[in-house]
Amino acid sequence: MAPEEICIILKQEFGDAVADTVLSARRPYAVIAIDRWRDVAAFLRDDGRMRFNMLQCITSLDLVKENKLAAVYDLFSVPVVGVGPCAVLRHHFAVRVEVDRDNPHLPTVSHIWPAADWHEREAFDLMGIVFDGHSDLTRILCPDDWVGHPLRKDYEFPLEYHGIPANTEHEINSPRH
Amino acid sequence: MSEIALETRPDPLAGTDKSEQGDVRTEEMLVNMGPQHPATHGVLRIVLRTDGELVLEAVPHIGYLHRCAEKIGENLAPYQYIPYTDRMDYLAGMNNNQAFAIAIERLAGVEVPLRAQYIRVMFAELNRIASHLVAFGTYGLDMGAFTPFLYAFREREMILDLFESACGARLTYSYITIGGVTDDLPDRFLEVLDEFMDYFEPKIDEYNQLLSFNQIFVKRTADVGVISAEDAVRWALTGPVLRASGVNWDLRKSTPYEIYDRFDFDIPIGLPGGSEGVPRAVVVGDSWNRHIVKVWEMRQSCRIIRQAMEQMPEGPHIAAKTKNLKLPDDEIYIEIENPRGQLGFYVRGDGTQIPSRVKVRGPSFCNISVLNHIGSGCLLADIPAIVGSIDIVMGECDR
Repeated sequence: MAPEEICIILKQEFGDAVADTVLSARRPYAVIAIDRWRDVAAFLRDDGRMRFNMLQCITSLDLVKENKLAAVYDLFSVPVVGVGPCAVLRHHFAVRVEVDRDNPHLPTVSHIWPAADWHEREAFDLMGIVFDGHSDLTRILCPDDWVGHPLRKDYEFPLEYHGIPANTEHEINSPRH
Repeated sequence: MSEIALETRPDPLAGTDKSEQGDVRTEEMLVNMGPQHPATHGVLRIVLRTDGELVLEAVPHIGYLHRCAEKIGENLAPYQYIPYTDRMDYLAGMNNNQAFAIAIERLAGVEVPLRAQYIRVMFAELNRIASHLVAFGTYGLDMGAFTPFLYAFREREMILDLFESACGARLTYSYITIGGVTDDLPDRFLEVLDEFMDYFEPKIDEYNQLLSFNQIFVKRTADVGVISAEDAVRWALTGPVLRASGVNWDLRKSTPYEIYDRFDFDIPIGLPGGSEGVPRAVVVGDSWNRHIVKVWEMRQSCRIIRQAMEQMPEGPHIAAKTKNLKLPDDEIYIEIENPRGQLGFYVRGDGTQIPSRVKVRGPSFCNISVLNHIGSGCLLADIPAIVGSIDIVMGECDR
């Protein structure tokens, strides 16, 4: 199914929860309101026309100009033998959920797609998005005692970590972003 | 807002009731495996909660190789970031270069010359063979078979020599770059490659005789760490791990990138025991199937390389003017089929030469996340068999 058709169905089912659809982009996506995101996610997985059974990736974005953070969910429909003809849709869609930068709380979808478990931990670790309802929201790539979220655009590099000095000769604590 | 019932995860203690098995109740023990352990394939740490020989919980801890490669991507122009990509999955540098190059080309609208695309596919498939040879050899080592490792590395060495003749590097190539490849093929390259293919293809049968159908190896891997097709999809496992569970999904076939639609090849998937050439004890989705799918894929890669050599066109090997590309204010997410699974790159431009966000979706990262789900309830000695069959590279898992 083409992204345009998916957007039309989502608008029929959820109305205003579909805040925006960006179809002209090289990668089309829909922007979903936070409070309906769990319902939309369950619909995308279970509805016979959607069948997005595989969550491939969660990309966290820092939208400094709008003072927002965002999570982008890339969904695929992969054929599984013996789950009926609807499972052979082979389409791809992306959903973006935006959240206030100062209070970034999103509902978890790890109960809908278990694959979200580690992706949400990564987004929490590197971007500081808090996923409410996640069973074990701890840092996954950085050490547990790390301060700050490195992928934020205003992240300040530490000058030392446990007595290990960081190199400041090349202005490493003031990169471009 | 209506509540969705949370799915209950399987209880790791279920089915381990000692009173039923008539066994003595032993004390639970936490065993720390790794981060420095020969069977974890890099700096992976697994915390195992065990009851005697039984594993109740196997929690992987990653991040020991974390370099925040995504942040580096936000500070460099795309052609400068290429060398960072092949240090992620260092066993498949060509495929990683290719994935990032395709992402930037699609975002910036760069047209890649046909000859460059053929060279890329040829090298990507050669690297797939080299990567699967390492997986095959080290999996033998994990299972206590030393000799197959030497055979696998003998042939891998020849592939690395071919790579060295083309780009000078043996591991971190940066050969595939934005708009094509850095250099055209050296003289006589196709002849040498042809000789190698004639030499290599019969060796695959030798590998199977040595390891895949060895009684001890089959007993160690058959019916161990079974992943059902539904679980594989739910946990977003990709590559040989997904196909071993019986799911026919390969991006080279389902959404062909570059020129993969021009080649004739098959997608090997996991088979039940008793099928042609499959030992009886084997189940779809077990460790043996994850191993054999990689061996079968080597043969298919050979077919692709032979066709690419035949069809190789003349022409330029790189598009003009790719160094100072301005990335449009737009975003892209692409995935390609890496030897380990689907490698995804998300790139967001903001009108300058430097991307404002680069995100890597590593197949090893997603594949190893299922370990606790399949590892709980198995025997301690099966953990290396499961980890080895998932075939992870920590450089790309931690990025």
